[in-house]
Amino acid sequence: MTTDRIVTAPSARALSVDGVSAWLAGREVLHEVSFGLDRGEVVGLIGSNGAGKTTLLRVILGLLPASGTVTIGGSIGYVPQQVMLDPDLPIRAADLVGLGLDGNRLGIPLPSRRRRQLVREALRAVDAERFAGARVGALSGGEQQRVLIAHALIGRPALLLLDEPLANLDIRSEQEIVSLLARIASQQQVAVLLSAHDMNALLPVMHKIVYLAGGRAACGPTEEVVRTEVLSDLYGHHVDVIRVHGRVLVVAGRGDDQPGEAHPAEHVAPADHGELRP
Amino acid sequence: MSYLLHLVFAPGFFGNGPVRVALLAGGLVAVVSGIVGAFAVLRGQSYAGHALADISVTGGSGSYLAGISPLWGFVGVGVLAAAVMDLIGVRRPRGRDLATGIVRGAGLGLAALFLYWAATSSSSSGTTISILFGSMFTISTQTVPLIVGLGAAALAIVGATYRPLLLSSVSGDLAAARGVAVRATGVACLVAIAIAVSLSAMTIGAILSTALLVGPAAAALRVARRPGLAVALAAGLGLAATWLGVLLSYDSYYWPPAGHGWPVSFFVVALVFVIYLAAQPAGAWRARRARRREEGGACSPAS
Repeated sequence: MTTDRIVTAPSARALSVDGVSAWLAGREVLHEVSFGLDRGEVVGLIGSNGAGKTTLLRVILGLLPASGTVTIGGSIGYVPQQVMLDPDLPIRAADLVGLGLDGNRLGIPLPSRRRRQLVREALRAVDAERFAGARVGALSGGEQQRVLIAHALIGRPALLLLDEPLANLDIRSEQEIVSLLARIASQQQVAVLLSAHDMNALLPVMHKIVYLAGGRAACGPTEEVVRTEVLSDLYGHHVDVIRVHGRVLVVAGRGDDQPGEAHPAEHVAPADHGELRP
Repeated sequence: MSYLLHLVFAPGFFGNGPVRVALLAGGLVAVVSGIVGAFAVLRGQSYAGHALADISVTGGSGSYLAGISPLWGFVGVGVLAAAVMDLIGVRRPRGRDLATGIVRGAGLGLAALFLYWAATSSSSSGTTISILFGSMFTISTQTVPLIVGLGAAALAIVGATYRPLLLSSVSGDLAAARGVAVRATGVACLVAIAIAVSLSAMTIGAILSTALLVGPAAAALRVARRPGLAVALAAGLGLAATWLGVLLSYDSYYWPPAGHGWPVSFFVVALVFVIYLAAQPAGAWRARRARRREEGGACSPAS
């Protein structure tokens, strides 16, 4: 099984995923997933734990075999899920960002003014210049995310993939990172695809949503995808979508036309917890 | 002045042939071990380094039985063990410890058999002591070019893979996404570690070679702010411990019991331990200074 992975010259379309299916340990995790991203768009890859978000990102990166076609209009920047950075690691934020430029090349990097300038620009783009000289493992979670985003951006990618970048962040850091990503997408005309199990934090900036459930995906504007009919079809059983105070909750239905009981422990499965229990 | 020099350097120190070879070979090995060790510690492969050092006993004892230079045995078995560890799962953290432990156990079992045969075939216990604890003063001048060649090979490996090694030590996923061949890089690093501990086995002994691999590197990583600086500092600390160890061992000829110099391996390992302990408060001071600098809003550019 091989993915047709095509990398084209930079173009307006940053990513096209066509009919991608992937298997892990004999189980089909993704089934005929198709969607696309244009430069400047912020797209949330939403789904519960185990829905296949990380698998899909790894297929796009070419790290996992799958069937189907992935077309990328330029290079990819990537921020993996939960990088455990040792505080004793003598790698400064600026060093890590620099490795985003040439970390795959052989040999020892020589001091270069151009390299320093690019690192400084990447750190400035994520408002992280002030901790350029700090050990990256000693930074807070939000600061580390900024450095990792700078690491991913320094190669001027067409597409920025982020795997659960908001996990383990406090609400303030979460909002700051979301705003930062929206700004980067707009200013640098980068397509941003970020996975999360809570869509609510992304609602103000998301142009589109890719909702994964049961191995299948629905893609489109949030208001078109996050609807009772679409998600019920995706999950294979009835769910309700409730909007409360600007937040979206996906609630397990009872199988009839009545909304399910909103009991937080058993029936309510807000997207931010990513569980759906019929 | 002359009195002081005589106090530090016992008469005949610099004119002694074996001492000069020990300073040269030991110094080369210390530099190689420090540089390679920095990557071993960065990548969390200290235990793998320790296991490879233990396994090299098998090579050393086997080469004694075969009648060839122990260095060939140390290196041959070390590199072979590194390959086996990779094949049976050294890449994943849990599998890595399991694979390392299993290969180490098997290697040591074989070493016990070889050492038994070596002991029963000779009336002297010198071979076993020499393999386990080294004999820097008995390294022949003919072995030095081989040490230089192997050391250069280990340094070439870490020099060539410097950036991929650093990136994959931060995150394998990050490195893979940047197009780094993470597995090949890991194997290359493991081979460099195997060569470094094999060289150390010649100078301070197979079971003590981990000290020279890990100790200076751990101290340097605690103190230095940049990876390049840490690598250079690890080499320097290892060199200082080795040269000072040779000097103290030479001087100890006049210490009690008089006429029996203390083993150089003891001094090198003791000095490495002292350096590591001294690095702890130094590292804490550096961290406090870095925090103050950060709070002051200063930033430094990337090198």
